[in-house]
This record gives sequence, structure tokens and C-alpha cells, in this order.
Amino acid sequence: MSKILVIAEHDGEKLNSSTARAVSCAAAIGGDIDIAVFAADGKAVCEAAAKLKGVKKVLRVARAENAKPLAAVLAPQVAKLAAGYSHVLAPSTTFGKDVLPRAAALLGVPQVSDVMKVKDPLTFERPIYAGNAIVTVKAPEKPCVVATVRTASWAGCGEGGSAAIEDASTDAALPSHSRYLELKRDKTDRPDLQSAPRVVSGGRGVGSKENFAIVYKLADRLGAAVGASRAAVDAGFVPNDLQVGQTGKIIAPDLYIAIGISGAIQHLTGIKDARTIVAINKDPDAPIFQVADLGLVGDLFQILPELEKALEKR
Amino acid sequence: MKILVGMKRVVDFNVRIQVKKDGSGVELAGVKLGLNPFDEIALEEALRIREKGMQAEVIALSIGPADVQQQLRTALAMGADRAVLVETADAVQPLMAARILLEMAKRENADLVILGKQAIDDDCNQTGQMLAALWDRPQATFASAVELKDKTLKVTREVDAGLEVIEVDLPAVVTTDLRLNTPRFVKMPDIMKAKSKPLATVKLAELNVAAAPALEAVSYAAPVPRKGGHKVESVQALVKELHDRGVLS
Repeated sequence: MSKILVIAEHDGEKLNSSTARAVSCAAAIGGDIDIAVFAADGKAVCEAAAKLKGVKKVLRVARAENAKPLAAVLAPQVAKLAAGYSHVLAPSTTFGKDVLPRAAALLGVPQVSDVMKVKDPLTFERPIYAGNAIVTVKAPEKPCVVATVRTASWAGCGEGGSAAIEDASTDAALPSHSRYLELKRDKTDRPDLQSAPRVVSGGRGVGSKENFAIVYKLADRLGAAVGASRAAVDAGFVPNDLQVGQTGKIIAPDLYIAIGISGAIQHLTGIKDARTIVAINKDPDAPIFQVADLGLVGDLFQILPELEKALEKR
Repeated sequence: MKILVGMKRVVDFNVRIQVKKDGSGVELAGVKLGLNPFDEIALEEALRIREKGMQAEVIALSIGPADVQQQLRTALAMGADRAVLVETADAVQPLMAARILLEMAKRENADLVILGKQAIDDDCNQTGQMLAALWDRPQATFASAVELKDKTLKVTREVDAGLEVIEVDLPAVVTTDLRLNTPRFVKMPDIMKAKSKPLATVKLAELNVAAAPALEAVSYAAPVPRKGGHKVESVQALVKELHDRGVLS
């Protein structure tokens, strides 16, 4: 039977919801599921992780060096902790993508990136070519399978568990060659783009940073997170962490509204698991309309205020 | 200093690839090939470090069949000082690529290795991290700004939560994100000049690199296409449909 270690993503205080999605993938593999929390303290994170459904044990690896997620510091500990496990998983977020390949190399095993589906405990489906093809890969069984989990392919595992929390430590030597300085982020009360059930995204068609205000306004009306196409980020309309697509965030909200986004394949890769896609674009031939469930052709500067009003009435 | 830049040849980003009917792979015959866009960004960053007055030699390195020389000539035309091709006919997965890069970084005594954060064919996003692990050196992945000061690098990283800034000691591995820079266009005189720049080839078999364990590709399939819906005529119709589908409740 498999014994699976899931590496928790968190910010020191809160467990990131991507962790629960990785646990769902672990459940599909089947077997005992433990979660490792690397943190300076991590008590609150461990308590949240212990509530996740299907988790047997939460390993708390608390040490001062683990205060910030530096791959060079975390990976040697992950590799040590992996002993005795058949699988090591992490969400395929920038956190997991940074740490896990480093741990895989230390373990001397290839990594399966972006698991979409588990066929058996060693065989997985993953996307390649921006999702234009799906490859089924088989990983070597020994010493263990290392994989990142494509979060948009998995729903959260839900709560209801009551796992034991245990302190754990490793004798991994930690380097001093990498130092965390700071995290710059826009303070926002809006929902997190990666996990929000509703997302309103703007593209090049929005035209400017100032114009993006109407995208934010609609998002606030819907209680939605705000996203953007690469073109909008490259043009400086919005910060990088809003980018949705092949090289940005891959998301699966219940409702995705694409505004002034033409629908380049790289963008569609990031949204094709959304339940309902709405496209608003002035070009009736924009590729986005080929995947949108509902399309509205017209000037977004007329449509958006009207839409916001119509939603207000409801 | 010596900067080693990894350059992978991939299917051009504009090509919409097709899965072979028998599921044995992706149709590559006659498909346009080019440098991985993230690797062009990596090379551009190395060139900019050199152009800032830093005494730096920029080495473009690729792993692949003999005709990847063509893409390395492009790298030389962009401005790399010399190029090395590690020749192999076999597909090379990230862990193997990392082992080869490690051997070359050691041979070249590299101070900095810059790679794209992912190749747009296999979308693995692993090689830089794996190289840094095997080399026991720092990694600064998904870089959107790089600042070199003496023997340290200050790197701004594009992470899910925003922009993270870290500082690493050299030697180090950097992987590039999209907004690090915009690679230059190659001009005709540079293409001529590139013809006389050194391009060495070393056979993979001649390198002292043990074969890495690899994933076995069992089969390939086209994704289930998302079915489009329909267009509505007005905002009212849109809101009504959204309500009927229950997505606004």
C-alpha cells in the first residue's frame, strides 16, 4: 500500500487551499496520507492541515530557517523526510514548482509535473505543449514517486478529519547561500485568484491601467477575484500575480468572465477547467468565443457598466 | 565571470501541435522548430550582464541532435561568445539534462547558469531546480529582475503571492520568467559574424554522465476539447442565462 507525504503550502499562518487539492490527488493514489508542514512555528497551519479529510498524520517540522519558503533550505529536509514514503506530492504552485524538483534531484528521481489524473499509483496523466496534448507517464517505483499536482484538476479534499500532529525533525544540513529578503504584494481584500469560485479577467482590450478600474468594479460586484491575460500584465495594466495562463496561474473557478481577452492558446490553457466561461469582446471572431459558454460581442466600456447595474438589481 | 546559458530547441510557440493517431507521440515531422522562448530571455539577460561592463563570457549550451547547431548559431548571432552542443539523438528529460548541465558547469567553471523556467514542449519546469540541487548551489527561479553585486545576486521572483526578493551567493542557477526582459532581434551582420564564432560539439557518450532514471511515456492523447456555447444578444440575456445556470446564486 502507498504511503504518501504531501508538502503543505502556507504563509506561516494560514494553510493554502492548494494543499487540500494535493491531498485529493493523494487520495486518488490511495494509501496513508501524511502532511508535512515546514515552518518557524506552524502550529496554526498544522491544526488546519489536521482537519483535512483523509489525512492520517501531520508532521510539524519547526525551525527558524523554515520561516520563509526557500527551496534550497526546504528541499534537503523534504528529501530526508521522504524516507519510508512511496510518494511525495506538492501542489503545482510557484511554491511546489520551486521546492519539489530540487527535492526530487536530491532523491535521484525524475519528477512528474502537474498531475491531472491518477491511473494507478505509478501512472499519471499530465499536460504538455500548453495542454495541447496529454501524456500518460509511468514513474519508477523506487526509491519513491515525486510529483506536483495540477491544482485546477483537483477539488479540495474537504474537512472532517482529525489527524494527529507530531513534531518531526531531520538532520539535513541547511545552506546559508540563499537568503529571503521580502515579499512585495498589493494589499487586497479580494478573494485569492488561485482558489476563488468567481474570476473576472481583463486583457489587452481593456486598454490601460486606469481602465482596469471597471474590471475591478465588476469583480467586486460579483465578489470575484481579478485576473488578467499575459498581454495585460506585459503592458503594465496589472501586477504579475494576476496572470492566468500556461505560464501564469492555472485556475478552475465556477465562473470565469473574460473581458477584452482574445483567447490565445496560452491563456485558454489556464481556464479550460472553469465551469462556466463568459467572454465579452468587440471582435466576434476572437478565439475566446470558441470555448466560451456564453459570449457577448460589443464594446466592453458600454457592456460592463450595464452588466454591473443588471447584477445590482438582482 | 562565466555565464552558461541553456538553450533548448522546441516546437515553435506558434505551432498548434497534433497528437499522432496511434497515440505514440506528438507529430513533429515538418513542424517549425526554434529556441525555447524562456531560453532566449535567459540569453538576453546574460548578454545584458556582459554589456553592463561586467567582464563576462557568455556560453550558449544545448543538448540535442547535431542539427541543433542551427539554433546555437542563432544564439551566437544574438551575442553569445561561443556555443557548445552536447550531441545526443535521444530525448533528454530534466534530471538527465540537469546532470549534463552540472558536468558542463563544472568543466566551464561557471559562475552563473541561466535557464528558462520551463520548456514550452514538455512544460516540466524542473531542470534549473534540479541542477541547483545536484550542484549544491542556490536557485533563483521565475526571475523577473536580476541585480548582480560582486559575488551575490539579488533576484526578484514572480511567485503566486506577488514578487519575492531573494539574495543568493554565486555560483548560482537562475531561471527566467517572461518579464525579465525582451530578447533582441538578430540583425543580418550579426548572423554573418556568428558564422565565425566557435561552436564546439561534444558527444553525450563522451561526457562522464551516468544515465538518469526517467519517466516512461506510455501514451499520448489529445485533450478533450472544451465545447463552446453560444453568443447572447444583450446584457439582459447574459444575466438571465447566468441565473438559469445557477452560477450567480
